[in-house]
Amino acid sequence: MSEVLLDVKGLKKYFTTKRGLLHAVDDVTFTIEKGKTLGVVGESGCGKSTTGRAILRLLEPTGGQVLFEGEDVAKLNAAQLRAKRKEMQIIFQDPFSSLNPRRTVSQTIEEPLKLHNVYPNEQERTQKVLEIMETVGLAERYVNTYPHELDGGRRQRIGIARALALDPKFIVCDEPVSALDVSIQAQILNLMGEIQEQRGLTYMFITHDLSVVNHFSDDIAVMYLGRLIEKAPSEVLFSNPVHPYTQALLSAIPIPKVGGKKDRILLKGEITSPINPEPICRFANRCQYATDRCRSEEPQLREIESGHFVACFLTE
Amino acid sequence: MSEKKYSVEIKDLCVEFKTDAGVVKALNDMELEIEEGKTLGLVGETGAGKTTTGLSILRLIPSPPGVITKGTIKLNGQNIFDISEAEMQKLRGKAVSMIFQDPMTSLNPVITVEEQIAEVIELHEDVNHAGAIQRAKEMLELVGIPGERGPEYPHQFSGGMKQRVVIAIALACSPALLIADEPTTALDVTIQAQVLEMMKGLKEKYKTSMMMITHDLGIVAEICDDVSVVYGGHVIEHGSLEDVFNYTRHPYTEGLFRSLPDLDNRTAKLRPIKGLMPDPTNLPEGCVFYPRCDYAMEICKTVKPKRVYRNETHYVECHLYDEQSVKDGGKIGK
Repeated sequence: MSEVLLDVKGLKKYFTTKRGLLHAVDDVTFTIEKGKTLGVVGESGCGKSTTGRAILRLLEPTGGQVLFEGEDVAKLNAAQLRAKRKEMQIIFQDPFSSLNPRRTVSQTIEEPLKLHNVYPNEQERTQKVLEIMETVGLAERYVNTYPHELDGGRRQRIGIARALALDPKFIVCDEPVSALDVSIQAQILNLMGEIQEQRGLTYMFITHDLSVVNHFSDDIAVMYLGRLIEKAPSEVLFSNPVHPYTQALLSAIPIPKVGGKKDRILLKGEITSPINPEPICRFANRCQYATDRCRSEEPQLREIESGHFVACFLTE
Repeated sequence: MSEKKYSVEIKDLCVEFKTDAGVVKALNDMELEIEEGKTLGLVGETGAGKTTTGLSILRLIPSPPGVITKGTIKLNGQNIFDISEAEMQKLRGKAVSMIFQDPMTSLNPVITVEEQIAEVIELHEDVNHAGAIQRAKEMLELVGIPGERGPEYPHQFSGGMKQRVVIAIALACSPALLIADEPTTALDVTIQAQVLEMMKGLKEKYKTSMMMITHDLGIVAEICDDVSVVYGGHVIEHGSLEDVFNYTRHPYTEGLFRSLPDLDNRTAKLRPIKGLMPDPTNLPEGCVFYPRCDYAMEICKTVKPKRVYRNETHYVECHLYDEQSVKDGGKIGK
């Protein structure tokens, strides 16, 4: 087995709301190996973005450990964390609201370089900005343009360039292509793949688009209501999904082929509230196989075969 | 072909928006028709003119800045540009209605959902308020929401349920034609699956004609009978679902398919279409797609391609094909 870059253990993020404690991320455990991509999928509100942010400490975790190359990110003080951020970056979902409208392309990309004082010499810094722009396929003539002058695909390239500026080892990609048209989406996915290959980057790729995640990830983790319910290598997850929710999720993908439709598992009902959840299976009320045990006890993540983890009583 | 009845026929429709940055040519000789009881998928990317086409059918293009400069739209044989606004009002919701993309913003937040559904019914049918409310509750049941939730407000519903309320409003007076503008884009996949199943059921039950505006070829494969691919406000390829998906001719349509990750072959490299959508204020003179086309030739830069038919219904507008090559799929000069 190759080297583990990120080891997340029992990560928790709770939010206090008027109606009680919202368990956005609840006891999530996984690892990502160096140079690999972990896809994290799930529906809105399942905690996938919160997980990404808690790992980078853009949100303070409520509990758990985030071991980055063996060092617990959750325990770093402000100065240490700041230094660590050089190695872990994020690409945001919305290329429209995640860029400062008053900064030009070069100002945005240069910001992290200035903050960390990596290229004190202005000329070198400008050179570096141009280099990164070339890497992400932004023509030099855009150097002084503002985000509003550019389309979604180019804006997302700025977001990627900003994340790459400090030569990080790890990038959380939070739905980086969801806001883009398919033809542009494919351009960006290819670009991210190439950059990963060149630099040996490790990605955590958060998305709700299952065909994209299948294409892009080595391993996939499925989340439901703050819990990680299944994790496996991509081809295993798609050929042999075990958790009933994963099965329903995969069967819901519309296939762009004539007669490509499989038998679909239609879920009844909607996601239950993540506020003060009871210690039972959170999927039980929508699950066609649910038993009394599922409604009285919470299943834990177990390894059912090498690298394939599931949290469901059916596998016992 | 003359015995076929069409719910809607659009011919040579041109729509422009006059903006400070110039004249946006949203639709350029748009042409489409939907046979009664059939579902047409209108496929294309942001800015292709899909929503403008839908709004045109309802005569809801905001004016100013929108101007319809040319063309006709016939709803059940009647040209909607020949009738008064009052007459048009009677058609909206009854002859044709639309499901808008975003369920979060298309409902009125301060009116209960049953009142919002009842409004359409009262407007079009001879019922009193109590009767309309009763019908509204039935509509809610039809889309899978318990009738007793009628007196609740939109914020009390989840996204999927809100979209079902929007669908209930659109279907309240059993319209002959339903325009669905990306009805599931804002929804999660499992909820999307529920809504699609429901729409399929309703289509079978009421024989509603449908125009499905979407960028998702998976949804098209699932629900549509025919497909029109739109680029730069113009249909560049049209045919039955099987023809367009299995005998794809236009390089743009081809590019759309190649941009999608293949679930059965996860390591296959994506082959995106190069470049970007054209600037609608400054469309290329010849073929609108030529700057992005891998097969572009000299002629493409200056001459608009003519329509070539592969069979009675499947056509493509591209210089790569003539009468013969369009049938066997060979591209001229390639």
